[in-house]
Amino acid sequence: MNDFAQSLQTALALITSGDPALVRTVAMSLAVSGTACLFAAGFGLASGAWLAVARFPGHRAVVLLLNTLLALPSVVVGLTVYLLLSRSGPLGSWGILFTPTAMVIAQTMLVFPVVAALARQLVGDSLRDGGDQLRSMGAGPLTCALLMLVHDRWAVVTLLLAAFGRAISEVGAVMIVGGNIAGVTRVMTTAIALETSKGDLPLAMALGLVLLAVVAVINLLIGFGQRGQGSALAGVR
Amino acid sequence: MALGEFRSAQHEGTSVSHGHAPGTPLLRVRDASVRFGGVRSLRGVTLQVNRGDFIALVGANGSGKTTLLRLLHGLLAFEGERQLLDAQALQVMVFQRPFMLRLSVWHNVLLALWLARMPRMGRAERSARAMQALERVGLGALRERPARALSGGEQQRLALARAWAVRPQVMFLDEPTASLDPSAKREIEALLEGFRADGLTLVMSTHNLGQAKRLATRVVYLDRGELRVDLPTEYFFADHVDGRADLFLKGELSWNLE
Repeated sequence: MNDFAQSLQTALALITSGDPALVRTVAMSLAVSGTACLFAAGFGLASGAWLAVARFPGHRAVVLLLNTLLALPSVVVGLTVYLLLSRSGPLGSWGILFTPTAMVIAQTMLVFPVVAALARQLVGDSLRDGGDQLRSMGAGPLTCALLMLVHDRWAVVTLLLAAFGRAISEVGAVMIVGGNIAGVTRVMTTAIALETSKGDLPLAMALGLVLLAVVAVINLLIGFGQRGQGSALAGVR
Repeated sequence: MALGEFRSAQHEGTSVSHGHAPGTPLLRVRDASVRFGGVRSLRGVTLQVNRGDFIALVGANGSGKTTLLRLLHGLLAFEGERQLLDAQALQVMVFQRPFMLRLSVWHNVLLALWLARMPRMGRAERSARAMQALERVGLGALRERPARALSGGEQQRLALARAWAVRPQVMFLDEPTASLDPSAKREIEALLEGFRADGLTLVMSTHNLGQAKRLATRVVYLDRGELRVDLPTEYFFADHVDGRADLFLKGELSWNLE
């Protein structure tokens, strides 16, 4: 217990003093996961909106696949990206394995299904309410779907925050494609795994506390977003 | 118009006048049927909408009024024939529960103008049209309010503003005054009378026979998906109907559609 208390005290000291290694690791996490979520948001929202209105042979199979990929294990994504980017892989010539770029690619692949599947569901539900009326005003199917993303923007923000939470707290994908190289590809989750295995608990605990704080802030923002949707609906008939 | 002349024109699918004058045919459906799964919602309906008409679609719940409106507006797959006799005639529809985007009153009207893709309409003109439409329905002062925070009557007025802003030739309305209080109903009716005076052709479904009598030039009675009666208003309410239409008028029609 004394060791735990001591480690916790040291961890808090690292946080309050702005330890350079800690700050660098946190910044890398935020940058990698933030960038991945931006890409996933762009492709995912557009894909989800399109899937909500598109009709083609195999549409149901694509939706089923997308929903299945919601639970995609991060290590499987890491392995897939590793195989693509390794020297013997099809994209080996890019030379980006064990770089933050590879980590962004892996996390984008991980959270894209989250964004696309939930966006498809959101848009589909809203179109049932008002799709006919937008069509009657002259909107084409894709325009209807994109307008519903604007209509449900608070829910979209909640969805994107959830995707960010998934990205920043995963360890499998970034460990495999990033290599956890100090100062280059080390992020909070891989650092916690490493420091814990080394027995260096203070840094691991400090990173854990920061990661918890990030997740807590995300949840707070999701709560604000849902309240924002609620107040926007106040007085709605 | 004499009843015989009206019936003849409707039966032959001809106009009682020419060009863009009142009475010119705008839209016709012939032998139109609509099926939802195993249920046939409309059967063999033939109807012609003429310029200047104010048609009230009446009938019991489930008789096919909303389905016919959606069919006329081109929102449904159907069997049969639908002809747009004036391809330039812009159509709009006001639904029973208007769907408002989570935007302001102002932006909901602007959006309608943007979606209508009116050629050569610049931003300034679009804004002017939107303001004109909101002022016509008495919502000019509420332009910054969230549309979904309006009362039921206000939302219906906003829906009318949104529809009228694009200067349609034909307006379809699905029970526009259902669930409104009497004063809100009167406001909506006054707006519709104004639209008609401006030359708009209106097709409206309603449960309110008094409203049909007050506003409509023609009454179309639907029963179990079939068009049973299509008469000028004065004839419809002057004992020129019999059978189930007569029972409906007297309020004696059973709720059981079978």
